[in-house]
Amino acid sequence: MPAAGSHVAHHFPDLEVQSHAARLGMWLFLATEVLLFAGLFTAYALYRMLYPSAFLGASKLIETSMGALNTVVLITSSLTVALAFHYSRQSRNRLAALLLVVTIGLGFVFLGVKAVEYAHHFHEGHLPGRFYHYAGLQVPGAPMFFTVYFLMTGLHGIHVVIGMGVLTWLAVGAWRGAYGGDYTTPIEVGGMYWHLVDLIWIFLFPLLYLI
Amino acid sequence: MSPSPASIPPAPADAGAPLYLERNYLNARRGPWSWLTTLDHKRIGVMYLVLTSAALFLGGLFAMLLRIELLTPGPTIMSALSYNRTFTLHGVVMIFLFMIPAIPGIFGNFFLPLMIGARDVAFPRLNLLSVYLYLAGAAIALYGMVHGGADTGWTFYTPYSTTTVTMVWPILLGAFVLGMGSIVTGLNFIVTIHTLRAPGIGFMRMPLFVWALYATSIIQVLATPVLGITLLLVAVENVFGFGIFDPARGGDPVLFQHMFWFYSHPAVYIMILPAMGAITEVLSAFARKNTFGYKAVAFSSLGIAFVGFFTWGHHLFTSGQSTVDAGIFGVLSMFVGIFTAIKIFNWTATLYRGSIAVRTPFIYVIAFLFFLLFGGMTGIALATVALDVHWQDTYFVVAHFHFIMVGGTIAGFLAALTYWWPKMFGKRYSERWGIVGATLIFLGFNFTFIPQFLLGNEGMPRRYYSYPERFWPLNVASTAGASVLALGFLVVLASLLLSLKYGKPAGPNPWGSRGYEWKTLSPPPEGNFLTQPTYPRMPHDYDDLNPGRGGH
Ligand code: HEM
Ligand SMILES: [Cu+2]
Repeated sequence: MPAAGSHVAHHFPDLEVQSHAARLGMWLFLATEVLLFAGLFTAYALYRMLYPSAFLGASKLIETSMGALNTVVLITSSLTVALAFHYSRQSRNRLAALLLVVTIGLGFVFLGVKAVEYAHHFHEGHLPGRFYHYAGLQVPGAPMFFTVYFLMTGLHGIHVVIGMGVLTWLAVGAWRGAYGGDYTTPIEVGGMYWHLVDLIWIFLFPLLYLI
Repeated sequence: MSPSPASIPPAPADAGAPLYLERNYLNARRGPWSWLTTLDHKRIGVMYLVLTSAALFLGGLFAMLLRIELLTPGPTIMSALSYNRTFTLHGVVMIFLFMIPAIPGIFGNFFLPLMIGARDVAFPRLNLLSVYLYLAGAAIALYGMVHGGADTGWTFYTPYSTTTVTMVWPILLGAFVLGMGSIVTGLNFIVTIHTLRAPGIGFMRMPLFVWALYATSIIQVLATPVLGITLLLVAVENVFGFGIFDPARGGDPVLFQHMFWFYSHPAVYIMILPAMGAITEVLSAFARKNTFGYKAVAFSSLGIAFVGFFTWGHHLFTSGQSTVDAGIFGVLSMFVGIFTAIKIFNWTATLYRGSIAVRTPFIYVIAFLFFLLFGGMTGIALATVALDVHWQDTYFVVAHFHFIMVGGTIAGFLAALTYWWPKMFGKRYSERWGIVGATLIFLGFNFTFIPQFLLGNEGMPRRYYSYPERFWPLNVASTAGASVLALGFLVVLASLLLSLKYGKPAGPNPWGSRGYEWKTLSPPPEGNFLTQPTYPRMPHDYDDLNPGRGGH
């Protein structure tokens, strides 16, 4: 286990203050992420209000079971990342690294399911704005549903990819024993980020698939 | 008229300190690489100084082109399209490359750690990243400017911005990246303030500039992401045509206006709050009195930041907003006036019976107070729905925000620059040329923008390259004023740059200020302090110099 002292940057009095700073910084960053998505949630609310029946009809075109599957996948991945943090605190670094790899794997599953869904939409013409050409539902507002759908899930997907990048970096570090014991803040804040990505999906799923 | 240092007694702590610290943060490491990879908050502040000043001059160049075009009623030097592009570039450069990053980026980075007795900001690497985000954002925007520029105005209103053939998307993307830099700075400052205050500096003993930065950072963190997503949506719309803001495809352009102003109104407080904070410091130092009403000044910054989030609708009075909404937004906007007035009264009370030393920075303070008062009062007037219907999209609005942005933010910026220059570079500039520059700026500014109030009130709309002949005389006055203003900036630039070579060494505390940031040498050493200072008194505490003159 690495000595805690070597991780304290020169401008921090001790490791505790430094970890506190990292956590506070991550919380603030998560706030910015929430507000980034807030813009899209606002658009969703507005257009749902303007086109209630079109949104209802269009949301039937996306497969609830696929969304539910992905919800389970992401929630499980939140559990594995939390466990990684837990074992890292006990300095069981290899186990922590493995759990991070499992989390990344679940990220791939999520993206895979999403890709299948997207492929289906492209095929059927469930597309945003002027690209929409699905003959089965020709009402004003249906293209707007898919605009909002693709923007929200697309932005979320980008976040999943970024999160997987971060987790990869953490997994390598954990495998090499860079964290452990007192010094687990990187895994903690990385995990916080992953939880947020999960949490946003938990809001997207009912809004887009269920109601 | 060179300053007589005797009239400002140096603070006692200075005794025995060298006049100029030979080995300091500027030369402790050498070579361009040491600058490009630096993690030192002071050097990052200096880099921001260079970059944002360059932006200020670029934006100023565009402004002069605009004013020259408006010298005659018809076409003067450019076509209508070039005019539209020029005012867009002027606005984008000034707002995103100067107004928002300048004071936090330069003086926040340089002085926040010094003011709270810290060795650096909490995340030095992120701090360096913010500089690179600034550079990248500027480069992307510049790419768009060279390849045709945008003609939408800095407000990018849809559906025009999504259908115009000019190159809007790089400018939108550039502003997005600049926004990320702004978020990083704000986040860094909040965490720094929470975690790195030296022993003895509780929250209620922080210098008031730090309080202002704190309030600003909250806005940067909470508002900027909304601008980010909005600009991305416009860019996506512009490139792919998804229809999100396009009425032809069922989209709602007013949604764009809401989302845009949800950021851009709070953003005006990102621009003015740091200036208010800097003014508080300078004012106290030259009045040689403790800031009157420390808590009121500190909390009014937070109050402005908070209320600023609920006033964006005053930009939509004529966009089909309901009367009830308009009334609510109007009243909420006026609350900002209350918090601003709290500051103005406290500043005035600080000046009252102070032993005022009229130096260059102080002239900017006086200018600031005057401009802020006018700009703020016209803001209140504009927030009155019935009046705004008359003034919306006229030069009255242009004059209003230039009074606050140029008169307020730039005066605050220059006050800060001339006040802190000796600490940053260890040299004194010529007081005579400093005063000449400040006076030119004050006069030129008034001649530029007072006519614009009159023009707007008479009905001259903004963003047109030609106008009826009856507006001619006032436009000539405005262009003449702008020339004087530009000259003032050049004088300031020259006098500061010359001071680097010919200036006298400043000493640790040439103004005899009690601000915490003066407790180190000039220029500061690489690690900020040779020995950790102690903080037995409040910042800006001059009570021992003013026996019997209350000042709390
Ligand atoms: C007491 C505080 C203030 C109030 C009540 C206020 C009110 C207003 C109102 C009602 C408008 C809309 C006018 C219109 O478009 O018809 C406006 C425009 C504007 N204000 Fe203020 N304002 C205040 C302070 C500020 C500050 C501090 C700044 C900048 C540092 C600022 C910058 C602007 C800008 C840039 C615009 C025009 C935006 C555009 O359309 O291009 N204002 N203000
Ligand atoms: Cu506003």
